[in-house]
Amino acid sequence: MTRNVTKLHPFADSAPASRSDDPTWLSALRQDGLRRYRDAGLPTPRTEAWKYTNLRRLSRMLFQPVGSSVEDVSVPEDRLPKLDAYRAVLVNGRYRADLSRLDGMPKGVHVSGIADVLRASPAKLEPLLGRLAVHEGKPLADLNTAYLDDGFCVFIDDGAVLDKPLHLVSIGASSGTDPVCFYPRLLVSAGADCIATIVESHVGDGAYFSNGAAEIWVGAGAVLNHCKVQVEGAEAYHIADTAIHLSDRAVYDGFVFQSGGLLARNEVYASLDGEKIECRISGAYLATGKQHIDNTTFIDHVKPDCKSREVFKGVLDGTSRAVFQGKILVRKDAQKTDGFQLNKALLLSTGAEMDSKPELEIYADDVKCSHGATVGELDADALFYLRARGIDLETARNLLVAAFVDDAVGEIQNAAVREAVSEMVQAQFAMRNEDEIDE
Amino acid sequence: MALLEVKNLHASVGGKEILKGIDLVIEPGEVHAIMGPNGSGKSTLSYVLAGRDGYEVTEGSVQYDGQDLLALAPDERAGAGLFLGFQYPVEIPGVTTMNFLKTALNAVRQYREEKPLDAMQFLKYVRERAAMLNVTDDMLRRALNVGFSGGEKKRNEILQMAVLEPTLAVLDETDSGLDIDALKVVAEGVNAMRTPERSMLIITHYQRLLDYIQPDHVHVLANGRILRSGGKELALELEEKGYGAITGAEAA
Amino acid sequence: MAATTETVEQVQTLANDGYKHGFVTDIEMETAPKGLSEDTVRFISAKKNEPEWLLEWRLTAYRHWLTMPEPQWAKVKFDPIDYQDSYYYAAPKSDDDRPKSLDEIDPKLLETYKKLGIPLLEQELLAGVAVDAVFDSVSVATTYKKKLEEVGVIFCPISEAIQTHPELVRQYMGSIVPYGDNKHAALNSAVFTDGSFVYIPKGVRCPMELSTYFRINAENTGQFERTLIIADEGSYVSYLEGCTAPQRDEHQLHAAVVELITMDDAEIKYSTVQNWYPGDEEGRGGIYNFVTKRGLCRGRNSKIAWTQVETGSAITWKYPSCVLEGDGSIGEFYSVAITNNMQQADTGTKMIHIGKNTRSTIVSKGISAGRADQTYRGLVKILASAEGAQNHTQCDSLLIGDQCGAHTVPYIECANPTASVAHEATTAKISDEQLFYCLQRGLSEEEAVSLIVNGFCKEVMKTLPMEFAVEAQKLIGISLEGSVG
Repeated sequence: MTRNVTKLHPFADSAPASRSDDPTWLSALRQDGLRRYRDAGLPTPRTEAWKYTNLRRLSRMLFQPVGSSVEDVSVPEDRLPKLDAYRAVLVNGRYRADLSRLDGMPKGVHVSGIADVLRASPAKLEPLLGRLAVHEGKPLADLNTAYLDDGFCVFIDDGAVLDKPLHLVSIGASSGTDPVCFYPRLLVSAGADCIATIVESHVGDGAYFSNGAAEIWVGAGAVLNHCKVQVEGAEAYHIADTAIHLSDRAVYDGFVFQSGGLLARNEVYASLDGEKIECRISGAYLATGKQHIDNTTFIDHVKPDCKSREVFKGVLDGTSRAVFQGKILVRKDAQKTDGFQLNKALLLSTGAEMDSKPELEIYADDVKCSHGATVGELDADALFYLRARGIDLETARNLLVAAFVDDAVGEIQNAAVREAVSEMVQAQFAMRNEDEIDE
Repeated sequence: MALLEVKNLHASVGGKEILKGIDLVIEPGEVHAIMGPNGSGKSTLSYVLAGRDGYEVTEGSVQYDGQDLLALAPDERAGAGLFLGFQYPVEIPGVTTMNFLKTALNAVRQYREEKPLDAMQFLKYVRERAAMLNVTDDMLRRALNVGFSGGEKKRNEILQMAVLEPTLAVLDETDSGLDIDALKVVAEGVNAMRTPERSMLIITHYQRLLDYIQPDHVHVLANGRILRSGGKELALELEEKGYGAITGAEAA
Repeated sequence: MAATTETVEQVQTLANDGYKHGFVTDIEMETAPKGLSEDTVRFISAKKNEPEWLLEWRLTAYRHWLTMPEPQWAKVKFDPIDYQDSYYYAAPKSDDDRPKSLDEIDPKLLETYKKLGIPLLEQELLAGVAVDAVFDSVSVATTYKKKLEEVGVIFCPISEAIQTHPELVRQYMGSIVPYGDNKHAALNSAVFTDGSFVYIPKGVRCPMELSTYFRINAENTGQFERTLIIADEGSYVSYLEGCTAPQRDEHQLHAAVVELITMDDAEIKYSTVQNWYPGDEEGRGGIYNFVTKRGLCRGRNSKIAWTQVETGSAITWKYPSCVLEGDGSIGEFYSVAITNNMQQADTGTKMIHIGKNTRSTIVSKGISAGRADQTYRGLVKILASAEGAQNHTQCDSLLIGDQCGAHTVPYIECANPTASVAHEATTAKISDEQLFYCLQRGLSEEEAVSLIVNGFCKEVMKTLPMEFAVEAQKLIGISLEGSVG
């Protein structure tokens, strides 16, 4: 591999030394992550999976690991989805019990900071942590593992029911002039036949680099709704890798809304490692200005009789760029697979660019798989129709764009979450339109 | 000698026994009707006769034209003159009806040790039969059954029967989904095919088709067995009294 | 039509049970030394009596080739190629004294064509097709030249065009596929031995379909054709390319380059039926088919349409592409690819939209059977300049059996808000219902599969010229023999 000569691996030098009270498996896990990250280097566009998302600028930024924790941070309520929910909070990747509201949590649901569990009962984490996020070719997830120290830890016992959504809020805060980087981790273990809804929100101010990794175990027959809202600050870099493991009859309903950050990439890998699983991963994205927003998904059909469905819709304005990469793999044993994927993007301005790479890789013959992708502008006929009814161009345009995106939001199965996200999307549109008027 | 002789036929699908001992004898030129409620095993019988995969004969025998029918592959059965009119004809995109008919006819002619028809002969041959069934040239040019209405599909089935000229035609619920006009057209097509040599087995839920195609014998099938056999008056009796009266309350 | 039918019959009567075009002609070869070096390149150039500039170009390409890595991204697996274990030049002995008519051609050669079912005389007389037959590397017969000359069409071996029309060759060769494009194209540029050259003058509609038959024959001889077609303003040409190759155990490399260019309002229709030896059931032998084909729609409202039926080769690596530079230009790609047994194919197209209101259509039908692996790989790129550009892509895959793979990897890059791009892909299998229905009508399983697959491919097959369509349909049946059982 001659390419290794030019390999970059910033951020690696400041990896923390293990603490004396760390269990040995944890030190080994971190060391392994560091080694893998160093071996692979920061991905370049020559890496197929990163063909359309260039990290050159990120590699030149002088992000420093978070030093002392930031005290005077409040939760920016107005930027979060409006939800009646339990809440847990991270600030710069560190768990903040003082900002969390977990009172009245039903029996069988345990939410805490990873650091606390690592000190108190590390044996609980050993069989789960780092087991899903170790796929080849994920150097940034490896980097997260190298720094693994804190984050959210959610355990849901077999058969438990979460009565309200659990809202996991990650706040980025650069103190003063120093851009910081942090490595939030999320571990969810949803036991057999449990029912839960988890909403992740990512917000912040200033220049920071949030490099997250999540590992989600969904047990047999469990129903997990998982919605992620990424509305990071305008100077933020947000890269996140989510790995999901699904067992027999599990239902996973995932949704990703992205409109924040200077550069954002959300990558989801779902392994349908059981029979009769239903897996939905949908999303919406709004990109404007010079934003770069990437959604990458990989659905791995391992066993027979599973269904997967993806609907992504995006709107691009300014000179923004958006990327959608969606792969469906149907392995040899995954007969009777039903896979569907759709990505639609609207380009609203000259200078915006959409790159789409839907991909089917199929080794079983008795399957029904399809994908579709379209890129285009607003339907001129529809626009004319609205204007002929007396609606002005700007309003008509906004109406159609909002309807376009709302179509994807409609994929969210949980009604309360769907309404909250829909409202957020509308608010984002409203905010952007105001910005345009200001300019 | 009987054309078809079914003896104590048992068959199961996916391990579940559906036919539980069928006996049936059809002589050349006879038209038999098998009537029965939903789930009685009517379609299973037609698939077993045609040799569909997944329909397992567990007991009994079927003699057809002096040979063991069950030992033949599906295409060999077709070659030997057994035709199945499907309840749900299959769509094959990209293959025109005309092309399909030609391929099928020449395949069957090969079994009969006849020379294949050339394009001109075939066209003449098909158009004669198509006209009778109101099948237009446009339909013949369209992909097989793709976008066809229910009536068009059924007329197409009868056209195929007319083209292939079978010795035994098994018509599975040929009347389902048809309005009364289409029903008449289909029945006329079937009647035109009746000869002293050709036998037919008509499978139906309702008596209405039998108003137009007069059967020589009627059998009532329920729960995998033939419960009663009789003449065409049996169909009328069924129509009046319902299946319950004949099969017992459990199969109403 | 009659000749084609006869061709097909001849091929079938000659068939041994496996590969139907597999036999070897025993003709003395004049051969370059084994292996690849600057000396090989010089030997080839000297043999062809080429001008100095062409030798220099070949040498530059060769030196560049040395520095290039093998393309890695395609989803195909094979052992590294030993380039030093091949011959790069083999010509029939009669080369020094080129035949003036078919009567002068080595009777053994003619015999080979007969075995292949390509009766030159009959094609001349009956089909009205001008044939430029490439046997190994050197063209041995060019017919109908006169008739074409009357309307000013130039159709000749590229080696001849280099001598007779050096200005045209020099201007365009390598302008659409530069030697540095990829390693296979660089190799071709260094060692190409012959191929076809076509020039259609302004306003001329070529009076006949032009066709070339390629054939690999000598053991260990890679085949490096190079084709250049120039369609001047308002002209039209339909070009047919068909290939068959004799049965061999050792892998044989085929790295062709095809360059097309259309000026204002011109149109080129390029059709291929590819039936190189695919190797046996266990994957032994078979051709490596690494082809670079690209067309440039330079003029306004010009059009390039690629149609391909790919059934042969052990490995196919091929992406016939269109660069839509002229405003209002049109690119089309219609493809049927069949892989059976151990075959691998990674094929597709690139549509690069540069000009305003450019349009492209992609229809790809892939059929995978046996233990074969097949990938559609395509790029649709809309540049910011391509106002109002439109693309529509339809990719369908059909799987036969549970040991094969079918993959779809489209890249869609759009940088213009007025453009519209739509991509659809599906994967399915032949349903049991369809098969049973056909069997019930008396078709054998193989007839049924052939019928259903031909239906699946119809959209592509109907774009083939009549001469090819019949043969291609039969090929589909032959290629899938033994796939259902």
